[in-house]
Amino acid sequence: MSIKVRSRLAALSAATLAVTMMSGAAFAQKKYDTGATDTEIKIGNIMPYSGPASAYGVIGKTIDAYFKKINAEGGINGRKISFISYDDGYSPPKAVEQVRKLVESDEVLLVFDPLGTPSNTAIQKYLNQKKVPQLFVATGATKWNDPKSFPWTMGWQPNYQTEGQIYAKYVLKEKPNAKIAVLYQNDDYGKDYLKGFKDGLGAKAASMIVAESSYEVSEPTIDSHIVKLKSSGADVFFNIATPKFAAQAIKKAAEIDWKPMQFLNNVSASIGSVIKPAGFENAQGIISAAYLKDATDQQWKNDAGMKRFDEFLAKYFPEGNRIDLNVIFGYSVSQTMVQVLKQAGDNLTRANVMKEAASLKDLELDLLLPGIKINTGPTDFAPISSVQLMRFKGDTWERFGDVLSADATN
Amino acid sequence: MSTAQDTSADIAGTRPAAGKSILTVPLVASLATLGLLIVVPLFLKNFVVFQLTMIVIYAIAILSLNILTGASGQVSLGHSAFFAVGAYATGIMMEHANVPYLLAIPIAGVICFVIGFLFGFPALRLKGVYLALATFALAVAAPPLFKLGTFEHWTGGVQGLLVTKPEPPFGLDISQDRYVYYLSLTIALIIYLLSVNLLNSRSGRALMAIRDNEIAASSMGVDLALYKTLAFGISAGFTGIAGALGAITVAYVAPDAYTFNFAIALFLGMVIGGVGWLPGSLAGAAFIVFVPNIAEGISKGLSYAVFGVFIFAVIFLLPNGARQLAYYLYAQIKKLVSRF
Repeated sequence: MSIKVRSRLAALSAATLAVTMMSGAAFAQKKYDTGATDTEIKIGNIMPYSGPASAYGVIGKTIDAYFKKINAEGGINGRKISFISYDDGYSPPKAVEQVRKLVESDEVLLVFDPLGTPSNTAIQKYLNQKKVPQLFVATGATKWNDPKSFPWTMGWQPNYQTEGQIYAKYVLKEKPNAKIAVLYQNDDYGKDYLKGFKDGLGAKAASMIVAESSYEVSEPTIDSHIVKLKSSGADVFFNIATPKFAAQAIKKAAEIDWKPMQFLNNVSASIGSVIKPAGFENAQGIISAAYLKDATDQQWKNDAGMKRFDEFLAKYFPEGNRIDLNVIFGYSVSQTMVQVLKQAGDNLTRANVMKEAASLKDLELDLLLPGIKINTGPTDFAPISSVQLMRFKGDTWERFGDVLSADATN
Repeated sequence: MSTAQDTSADIAGTRPAAGKSILTVPLVASLATLGLLIVVPLFLKNFVVFQLTMIVIYAIAILSLNILTGASGQVSLGHSAFFAVGAYATGIMMEHANVPYLLAIPIAGVICFVIGFLFGFPALRLKGVYLALATFALAVAAPPLFKLGTFEHWTGGVQGLLVTKPEPPFGLDISQDRYVYYLSLTIALIIYLLSVNLLNSRSGRALMAIRDNEIAASSMGVDLALYKTLAFGISAGFTGIAGALGAITVAYVAPDAYTFNFAIALFLGMVIGGVGWLPGSLAGAAFIVFVPNIAEGISKGLSYAVFGVFIFAVIFLLPNGARQLAYYLYAQIKKLVSRF
């Protein structure tokens, strides 16, 4: 439209040409908030590079590498990303300190993919007061999709509770008289899954769940928990454990000849870091849910998105371990961020970044499962809200059934 | 232990100079430090003020650890637990019972005093490394207890508890951060003066007598059980107040904030500041806040390793921590002064 206006006016006279050029300039007027300039966009982040959750630190390193790739390819609309990531050691007070440093001293445009439920809870109020976007937080808690109370906070991944509900509904349908045993990690992550699972079972939860056992991340092995769960006589086992423990659980169950119907939470659905160490023969028939492609799954060997991912790893992140789901996570969440900034164009105000983050339409990423798309809206701050059930067969995951909506139902 | 020959005046950092002047070097240094702590934040960004607030709060916790370990000789690796109890008590009182924060802080202190005092009794039977391990158990046990489903209604379980950050009273025109800073500084100053007086008193001398030789102390008529448990109680109480201030400064309490890593950090702060030297607490606190950031700046993946190198360096070069540095400077200044 600006072109039309311009050409018509240009035809009139040389004097009006100057006017049109001015209006043309006004049309493409650039708008910036702190942290964005003609040449640079400053993005802040906090990660547990040290401490009990340091295994997740690789997400921060992946993001850093991905932004390097974007910069090497010319940046976003001509602007380079400057990514500042600090260590919070998974400690809430440190998270507050580091985020305040990002906002008040480094003056970043937004805080991207801060990790951990406690850390994000600690900084949420502050960032919303300051009106700084807290985008695509790396936690599966349900509370991040609340645009009314926290218009500056947005989640990213499907939340744990609804994944738990999906398994529960499957159990109710396939095995209505099941006796269920649950193993869970004693923290927010484990309890969220358990709560969703119980909500999904509804009134029958109390009678169906015959055994619950929680472990601490500091335990060297969880063998005794599995023995205990088996002795309850359960015929369904829900495994809510992080990779190392999930693999131990699958292996131990097979060793003591316990063969229940097994559900494995998505956090540990990696073939490379869970199924393989547990033994393929022990994992047959396990049911899980996924939204991302697993790099160790043979079915993606010739997938275009996976190939782009491998090129990225080879060129910009050679030390990255492609087996690690955290690397896939970091890659995908960065792609979402880049898309938002592309859409924002030259209007790099914090309000506009939030607006664009809330107007993602059917966005497909290299490593999202086919059929799973990112959608957001002014009242929908849950970008990825579907998963698909899958069953382990041979040496790969076989997806079955429809893509299920995992939007928070409460 | 190098502190074995300390006198109470030594510990409090108020050893009077030989001369007749009232304005001794340590006094001048103390006043200058206090002056800086009051004036400098007026010119700093809010987030640096926030960092300074954390330093002041950690300094209170380290100071109380110093009373226990430096003066009475009982080693504690469990002060994060008392800190956590203070923080949670404040959060629960403020959010569930609408207790004003100015009331919640001293109550948190009293609660921790009682818990510390009671813990002091079993601690009586333990010495040295055994006591250290027993208190360490406290530090390890505290976070899972706060996560426990039974208390979830009050503690918020694993999700923690959001705490309201206090607004400046009387319509004072300063930022929340500065207000909380000056509040913490005032409380820290009161606690410091109380501690100095305590250690310079009869009770303080009794504590140090216990530290140096229990048998001698008890044959001089010192009630071992009473003084040792009292030291535990007072130390825990002050730490609880620090925890309370921490809760309102961060505006959030969660189990992950008070892991045993934090207990070790406090212990480290005490060693860095100089065991048994109260003014060193501030230096120790600054170390545990700033040095990890510096270490991270050097290498992200290896930040703990770099941090370790820093600790090694300090322990080798300044085995008595900040106190050694302060005494060295003191000696140099005296030399300079005597020349004129």
